[in-house]
Amino acid sequence: MFYRLSGTYHTSYQADRKLWKIPTDRWLVIGLLVLALLAPLYVSPLYLGSYVLPWVIWSAAALSLTLLMGLAGQLHFGFAAVMAIGAYASIHLVRAGVPFELALLLSGLISAVIGAIFGGAALRVKGLYLVMATLAMQYLVDWVVVNVPAISGGAHATLRTPAVSFLFFPIESLSARYWLALGWAVLLTVFFMNVKRTSFGRALVAIRDKDFAAAVIGVDPFRTKLMAFFTSSFMGGVTGAILAFCFYRAVTPEQFGFNVSIQLVAMVLVGGLGSVIGSWLGAGFVLLAPIFLTNLVSGLAASGWVPVSQNFLSHLPLMIYGAMIIGFLLLEPLGLAKIYDNIRKYFLVWPFRHARS
Amino acid sequence: MAYFLELLISGALTGLMYSLVALGFVLIYKSAGVPNLAQGALVMTAGYAVWLVMAWGLHVWIAIPLAAAIMFGFGLVVERLLLRRMVGQPVIMVVMLTLGLEILLRGMVPGILGSTPKPIDLGIDFAPIIIGDVFINRTSLYGGIIALALVGASLLFFRTRTGTKLRAVSDDHVSSWAVGISVERAIGISWGLAGIAAVVAGALWGSSQGVDWTLSALLFPAVAVVILGGVDSVPGVLVGGILVGVLGTVIPGYLDSFAGGSTRDVVTSLIILLTIMVRPFGIFGREDIERI
Repeated sequence: MFYRLSGTYHTSYQADRKLWKIPTDRWLVIGLLVLALLAPLYVSPLYLGSYVLPWVIWSAAALSLTLLMGLAGQLHFGFAAVMAIGAYASIHLVRAGVPFELALLLSGLISAVIGAIFGGAALRVKGLYLVMATLAMQYLVDWVVVNVPAISGGAHATLRTPAVSFLFFPIESLSARYWLALGWAVLLTVFFMNVKRTSFGRALVAIRDKDFAAAVIGVDPFRTKLMAFFTSSFMGGVTGAILAFCFYRAVTPEQFGFNVSIQLVAMVLVGGLGSVIGSWLGAGFVLLAPIFLTNLVSGLAASGWVPVSQNFLSHLPLMIYGAMIIGFLLLEPLGLAKIYDNIRKYFLVWPFRHARS
Repeated sequence: MAYFLELLISGALTGLMYSLVALGFVLIYKSAGVPNLAQGALVMTAGYAVWLVMAWGLHVWIAIPLAAAIMFGFGLVVERLLLRRMVGQPVIMVVMLTLGLEILLRGMVPGILGSTPKPIDLGIDFAPIIIGDVFINRTSLYGGIIALALVGASLLFFRTRTGTKLRAVSDDHVSSWAVGISVERAIGISWGLAGIAAVVAGALWGSSQGVDWTLSALLFPAVAVVILGGVDSVPGVLVGGILVGVLGTVIPGYLDSFAGGSTRDVVTSLIILLTIMVRPFGIFGREDIERI
């Protein structure tokens, strides 16, 4: 119905390799982009600051992680630590007088180097052992951040982000912070859509599918995996810096704990491994679904519909979150991206269902 | 010197208590090949089960077998409902599923039964045993002895008929099917046994620090224990447990004062990292890990 294929002819290889072969897809994305850009105009500051802004930033984080987990097939259970390195590095760089634009890049580089060192150490093994090694990295980085006063500003300290400007625009108001985060997320999205079409992206996919086979056809597994860790950690580090400057604005080590790493992996899995739209949907779903469901239940409880205790209510987000992970893994292991794809394919040939591929 | 000795003994005993948690992990990994990251939450659930049964007014010696029966059933149910559908899926799916279970249990059990720490009274005297200058915590001592006994029992169990079946299943699922062993039932039994091990761990840890969600944090030292000892080795649990416990007590005992506390997590992380880098299959594990 919406996604008409008729009348769309690709007469050259160039045209067939386009990102959006169906005009509707392109118009949909442009429409969404315009809607997202104008969000500060029609979304109330409360919702923009507490729902839309974190959604955008966590989508960028999920995109960074899905490059590693979805494309390269390397599990990472310490991604929050990578983001913590980026966040703390950027704050200290800005405080030392480095311009914000440069500090973002440098903090990304620092995260990338540290992440790649840990990745390189862990790369001798895979599967479960990679999970455990990255888990150990999470705890190590956490400990260093907490216990080195030069980084965290002392035990139990909060580090306020200094006022900065990006390309001469002061990043102070909510809309400015939102637009900066959106710009980064869009940049990552464009990068991710295109990296799948480069030799690097194809090498990553080859490594994921079978590393022996990839080595046979001339892809160096170690180098490619290391580059995957480097790229992904760079993206994660800058996202961490954006998270610190645009959303939290006062950083504590607890904001980058082990639970956050799990949450990121959950976003990637719920969205669908290695999918762009999955990262956006997954981040939104994991972030917002427990909040909305808890609000719903506590609303019902307040009106006396369901008798639940305060203790139960305070544990409800955790329950919903765990049940959500289990539910998706059992019922739709390919995640929200697959659900979206099913809907899209349905409308692609509507009303001729028999023609569905 | 007495300080060192005390750290050494309490570390070894704590390590043996860790190996109680790790035993469940190994039992499941050995037969099903599933890394059960929900073992910590299973221990927490078991602790709550023991507390609940004791709250009905039953004696400890009745409460613990009853809780063990409950957790055996719980293990069977988890395997049947969740893990059976994950056969043949990539390891990330299984790891995430057990983590999802961990989060769900960590929310649901304290959410329903209350999140304030619950006491479990096993009838163990709190006064320490004093030998020379060394103080020994009675709970840890009994816990260590029970851990030794339990690991010994598991070793013996693997020599029984059912245990031989479990070992066959751990070797190869398809061949086990071919000779008429029910792989599903064997894996279910291993989950049930992990539930029983969790009851013992939950009761002992619960009596020493109270039952609340923090029991699920035992997962991290337990993971270090199994990585060090070898994920598919029952005796490795003991050796790994003692090593992790001793290193995780002695080193923080000297470093914590000027490194700013909680060095134990760092030691545990370093044990995991170094083991994976030097000898990924652990001390006693089988050397069939895929590497690049």
